[in-house]
Amino acid sequence: MTGILSLAIWTPIVFGIILLLVQDKLSTTLTYRLGNLFGFISFLVTLPLYIYFDKGFSGFQFQEIYPWINHFSINYHLGLDGISLPLVLLTSFISWLVIFISSNSIQRAIGFYISAFLILSGLMIGVFLALDAILYYVFWEAMLIPMFLLIGIWGGPNRVYATIKFFLYTVLGSLLMLVAFIYLYNQTASFAILDFYTKPLSLNIQVLIFLAFFMAFAVKIPMWPVHTWLPDAHVEAPTGGSVILAAIMLKLGGYSFIRFAMPISPDALIFLKPFLIGLSLIAIVYIAFVAIVQTDIKKLIAYSSISHMGFVTLGLFILNPLGFEGGYVQMISHGFISAALFFAIGVLYDRMHSRNISDYRGVINSMPIFGSFFVLFAMANSGLPGTSGFVGEFLVILGAMQDHFWIAFFASLTLIFGATYSLWLVKRIIFGEVKNKKIAALKDLNGKEFFVMSVLALMTLAIGIYPALITDITNQSSQMMLGLIQQSKIL
Amino acid sequence: MTLSTLLTIAVPEIIILIAAMSVLLLGVFYKNTTSLFGITQLTLLIAAYFTAQLPIDVKLTAFNEMFIADSLSMFLKLLSYFALSLVLIYSRSFLQSRNLHNGEFYALTLFALLGINLIISSCHLLSLYMGLELLSLSLYTLVAFDRNRPEATEAAMKYFVLGAVASGFLLYGFSMLYGITGSLQIAEISSRLADASINPVVLSFALVFVVVGIAFKFGAAPFQLWVPDVYQGSATPITMFIGSVPKFASVAMLIRLLFQGLDHMVLDWQAMLLIMAIVSMLFGNITAIAQTKIKRLLAYSAISHVGFMFLGLATGTITGIASALMYIAVYVLMTLASFGLIIHLSNQGKELDQITDLSGLGKHKPWCAFLLLLIFLSLAGIPPTIGFYAKFSIIQATIQFGWIWPAVIAVMSALIGIFYYLRIIKIAYFDEPGKNLNQISKSSNNELSVTLSINTLSLLIIGLFPSSLMDIATLTSALIF
Repeated sequence: MTGILSLAIWTPIVFGIILLLVQDKLSTTLTYRLGNLFGFISFLVTLPLYIYFDKGFSGFQFQEIYPWINHFSINYHLGLDGISLPLVLLTSFISWLVIFISSNSIQRAIGFYISAFLILSGLMIGVFLALDAILYYVFWEAMLIPMFLLIGIWGGPNRVYATIKFFLYTVLGSLLMLVAFIYLYNQTASFAILDFYTKPLSLNIQVLIFLAFFMAFAVKIPMWPVHTWLPDAHVEAPTGGSVILAAIMLKLGGYSFIRFAMPISPDALIFLKPFLIGLSLIAIVYIAFVAIVQTDIKKLIAYSSISHMGFVTLGLFILNPLGFEGGYVQMISHGFISAALFFAIGVLYDRMHSRNISDYRGVINSMPIFGSFFVLFAMANSGLPGTSGFVGEFLVILGAMQDHFWIAFFASLTLIFGATYSLWLVKRIIFGEVKNKKIAALKDLNGKEFFVMSVLALMTLAIGIYPALITDITNQSSQMMLGLIQQSKIL
Repeated sequence: MTLSTLLTIAVPEIIILIAAMSVLLLGVFYKNTTSLFGITQLTLLIAAYFTAQLPIDVKLTAFNEMFIADSLSMFLKLLSYFALSLVLIYSRSFLQSRNLHNGEFYALTLFALLGINLIISSCHLLSLYMGLELLSLSLYTLVAFDRNRPEATEAAMKYFVLGAVASGFLLYGFSMLYGITGSLQIAEISSRLADASINPVVLSFALVFVVVGIAFKFGAAPFQLWVPDVYQGSATPITMFIGSVPKFASVAMLIRLLFQGLDHMVLDWQAMLLIMAIVSMLFGNITAIAQTKIKRLLAYSAISHVGFMFLGLATGTITGIASALMYIAVYVLMTLASFGLIIHLSNQGKELDQITDLSGLGKHKPWCAFLLLLIFLSLAGIPPTIGFYAKFSIIQATIQFGWIWPAVIAVMSALIGIFYYLRIIKIAYFDEPGKNLNQISKSSNNELSVTLSINTLSLLIIGLFPSSLMDIATLTSALIF
């Protein structure tokens, strides 16, 4: 089965380039249809990864390795394990949905818009599959270019500030990560991630390496206090951009912590654990408060994302199997829920051209189907049992409880605060008297929007009711990763 | 040494000299400048052919050990021919439309090339200085080439005065070296410096003077003052030439003098280069942020790139040289593309001067905007462009040498650099078109746009497969000593 990983990466990229070249010659509708087809095919080519995946095997599957830059023994090395598989599927699926719904909101240069998403999706899958540090780094940085253009061209009024801030924050972290990679290369004479795992390092060096990785990944997740780019980027990005940012880009940070920072510097992780857990708790509690007072719907959801990602980092850094599993499920679940919420905001924005909460009231009267979906996703966002949001948070809180009562106590506060901002948002937007004629005249979901909302709702409920859907895949690999993390690397 | 071996070693230079003089003569009587363009290109091709015939792994010397042909000279000379050939293609239509297209241009560039070749191939202080003066005099004249523009004359004056001072420094350093070692032959200087009876005070002075002279020619901070003015004042093709081909000579000069001649003083010049590297990277990148004119911005960016190159060379290792050679090749390719783009957009009499003139490029000329995106991402060092691997090799060499903090400073200054490169991309893609674009707009020069496209796409393609360039740079540097 070699080659299916490359296919998953390069299909969308090649399609994106083709679309970029032919878009001038095609009408808008035709461009959209072609782009949609390309997006769907790009999603289909990732399905074999799931079908042929061996759940009982903890290592990397479908590996491909070709020499790339001999001089630094850099290889084109790809591999898939249980930790990357759900994220790859999430990426290709959400990217297709974004392209599918793009015709509703994007008027100008739709071909360019869709091809940027296709290329972006291929690059993100590349990040999840790369097993060579430099290959990973190239995908990681190259990904910024389409996102930079997406926010900058199709974004809101303050888009230039937001997109440059987004780019610089991310690059700041990743350059330090590059220094760490090169340092590790000089120690191991290889850029293979698997060689990094086995290299013994002193605690001082481990702490420095961990901090370099931390700068890169904490910005991406984002953790408090380097989160400030996210609300700006979300608010200014077009709907599709926000969806990809929340659903996938933030997960790149979490994934990279699991793949790099934790197994490469496990002793530093234990050394810095109180600090990391402190930051996670601040994100969970403080950012939830910040979310409550927002007046802009998108900003509110953006802050709620940061707070939820705080759960992910808490789960990962608590360093026990329950927390790890919980953090991971929370990542996937948040991928679906935040995507759905941003799609929902897009639905409202396309109709009303406003994101101010105060401009809305009583939307359910004119948009009953939309209202129902919105309530479902808001509930899932606040962790209602039966939805995927519950599983992750519950497992993380259980894991935290094993570690220390007070950590679990503060973490579980989010169930209250999350419910506060989510339900209060629902109350202000969806329920109540119809505010004005514009709201009374709103049309309910069209076919495309209904499709997107219902598949996302289906996924949210499926994971909520049967979490083994995810945990079966990840089980073996996460045990292996935890094994690596629990092994001291100090000589 | 027989005449025939002597001829084989120096045959590219002899061809260039003959061509330069013939072009000078022909230019007086013969007004068909297109054929002069052809002759010059042909000369470059023939010179490249003969240069490539020389063995890469043997060091051959000629003219009483004044002239050397080795791997370094082959690598840098071939790159010089290639870069000059591109400069000429880019320049032609620009010069034609401004009535500057005459024989002297080709004669002067060929003389400059001869000087560059001489510097690259010198293993003797006298031949090195001769090459340097030949190059400098040609460059001073080229800067003042557009003599009706006061800025050009001013820039030439500045360049001349500062360049002469720098040459003076270098010469002073040379004379001290001669005084304490009694030789002008670089290898001999090196072996005599191993002797403990050398007066250390004079030697330190000589070293400082030599390093200052080199830094002047490179335009490294704090000896960078001429760079922005000369870049801004010269006509764009001349700026492109000054910013690209002579850099090969500078790097050769540095390697010949410091690595081969003053190798016993490595600890001393290492510190100087490191400090200049850090100052150049930070100064160049921070000052570039405030620029509003595109050529001035590129000048400050050039200073920061020189800083990067110095950082690689400061390690004093073979890996360091390899990374600097890789960097210089990539940097020149990017410089050519960036000035090529400026020329492409300035073609109808109106110059592209302000950065804001680029606004709206993404809408009106999507292909041009895409090329601009690639060029500036490459300058910023964002993968998958080749600019990333250039910075990567430098940082790799630095960390391998054990300098973690200089590497961190380097990446931080690269981050500052990304900010202003992004600003240009932002202006081209996100800003509404200003009225200037309409005036600049369409140029129908196919030769220019095809060259520019190939040049720019190569930044991406070599970026995807950087292996062979890295191998060549490594092989070259391994064979120097």
